[in-house]
Amino acid sequence: MMNEVSIQEADFSLADEVALLEHDNEIDGAVVTFTGRVRNKNEGLDVSALTLEHYPGMTEKLLEKIIATAKSRWKIGRVKVIHRIGRLEIGEQIVFVGVTSEHRQDAFAANEFIMDFLKVKAPFWKKELTENGEKWLDAKNSDNSKAEQWS
Amino acid sequence: MIKIVFFAALREQLGCSELSLAAENILTINQLKKALIKRQPNWQVFIENNALLSAINHDMVDGEHSIKSGDEIAFFPPVTGG
Repeated sequence: MMNEVSIQEADFSLADEVALLEHDNEIDGAVVTFTGRVRNKNEGLDVSALTLEHYPGMTEKLLEKIIATAKSRWKIGRVKVIHRIGRLEIGEQIVFVGVTSEHRQDAFAANEFIMDFLKVKAPFWKKELTENGEKWLDAKNSDNSKAEQWS
Repeated sequence: MIKIVFFAALREQLGCSELSLAAENILTINQLKKALIKRQPNWQVFIENNALLSAINHDMVDGEHSIKSGDEIAFFPPVTGG
């Protein structure tokens, strides 16, 4: 089985990731992907770049746990989660979540679930470079409320 | 000995990414925080931040969780990935 979690500095190709999810996979009719990118504005300030830090070892363990929970909750096939670290410029891809399932409902739900829990559980931290200098982002209550909706 | 690691804003505030301490008399996360402040009084304001999260051997834990020799303990701010 392919590695379901990848933490990497390098960019990724959406087409390549979808091809891997589909390769030799004749049972799943649905492929749902999410890609997160660096925005040019946050809280009204112009952002010029992001730096992403993580806790090696714990990040992978937590993401694997989130994927296992998703698999126990929905009937899904393959899962891939990629999260980039290091310096990222505006428009660059940050995160990818891909899920396959026989029918679309399971893949849609599991993809959103994985992304919601990645946001509030996985030990990544973003530092923004804005017009006012560098700033570590604060966690958002709205992200916690979103994840709690699944309980 | 125990290994302690710090991340993100906390790492920058403390000017320290990791250190090792003798584990004697340190029984819980809260006691470890006290020991760190005793060692570095200027860390108090950052270590006593209520929002701070802690993990032992890559699992999230609360302040009452016990520590044993050989553990890797991490302190970090709320996460902001994705």
